[in-house]
Amino acid sequence: MRLTSAIPFASAALALAALTFAAPAPAADTVDPVKDAKAFQKFFTDKFPKVKLEDFVNGPYSMNEDLHKQWEEKEQFPPYEFSLEMGKEMFSKPFKNGKSYEDCFPNKGVGIRQNYPYFDEKEGKVVTLELALNRCREANGEPAFSYVKDEMAALTAYMAFTSRGKPMDIKIPSDPRALEAYEKGKEYFYTRRGQLNFSCATCHVQSPGERIRAEVLAPALGILNAMPIYRSEWSGMGTISRRFTSCNSQIRGVPLKPQDDEYRNLEYYLSYVSNGLPISGPGARP
Amino acid sequence: MNMLKPVLASMLLIASSVFAFAASEDDYKAAYAAAEAANKEAAALRNQWTTTAATLAAAKKSAEAGDFDKATAAAKEAEALAKASSFQATSEKTRWKDMEIR
Repeated sequence: MRLTSAIPFASAALALAALTFAAPAPAADTVDPVKDAKAFQKFFTDKFPKVKLEDFVNGPYSMNEDLHKQWEEKEQFPPYEFSLEMGKEMFSKPFKNGKSYEDCFPNKGVGIRQNYPYFDEKEGKVVTLELALNRCREANGEPAFSYVKDEMAALTAYMAFTSRGKPMDIKIPSDPRALEAYEKGKEYFYTRRGQLNFSCATCHVQSPGERIRAEVLAPALGILNAMPIYRSEWSGMGTISRRFTSCNSQIRGVPLKPQDDEYRNLEYYLSYVSNGLPISGPGARP
Repeated sequence: MNMLKPVLASMLLIASSVFAFAASEDDYKAAYAAAEAANKEAAALRNQWTTTAATLAAAKKSAEAGDFDKATAAAKEAEALAKASSFQATSEKTRWKDMEIR
């Protein structure tokens, strides 16, 4: 066997051996979202005792004083402002059939961001805000938008803005399918994937505040409360779908399709454990 | 003559390894098919790696250029990557709990 072809085999074999001999998993236990959320929030407040609970929603900007100052300056002329204006205009503009987004949502879509995603007992699945917006469009004869940026980011930016300061309020109804969706979301969050063998938690639980190349990693607590975000790295706005798919690509995993069940469940879990923290979206990130 | 024996043996060994590992188009096709099948398994587990797809593409490119040695080696590497991603998905079915905040 040639040396060049032997190297990948040897490295793959080593990686497999490392995985095989790693610590065994503890026995499965019952699902208790209330206990989970309490432990989740305590983990972060213990890890960062100087950061107030509600400040975690500012992501990397909550991690130290210098970054916090940067965030305050950025908020003077926020880079998401254009998107927010666009979203506001789009939201009130009627569809061709005369109806509008207001007709698809409770309270005409104002101040409801904190209740998304929710578990739809009729469908038996999690419904995110992005999904509900596209469903609204399709129900009114309009084509669906891309889930990752531009129009979808603008619409969710406006809806988040109308909910600013309201505490995240995700419910898990007494339906075993809802609990299952929550648990699957949790599993996705902690599951290592991609060639880099990273889970969401590797960066956002084990290493928030640390640098990964030039970036400061955000804590998982409250991470979705600031969505959608303007990212300098993207030179534009991005939705929750964009955040999930690009995270997967960065760890060399093939991303799933936006709004696939796994991502919907992940959003459900991650939002639930941030219950009580204020909506701060739209946000801006380095 | 005794001194020549190891030299002759080495030459034979080198010659045989060259002939044994020069890959043909058929070797490449078999290696590529095996890699694709392994990657499909990873897809069924919802855990493909981007590097597998990139390595498969590199194998195809080398084959199109007529370099079947390089193409076969890349296809075998892609298969190893796909198998590792499937192994990861399977082992993580229980291992994810190790990282959970409790």
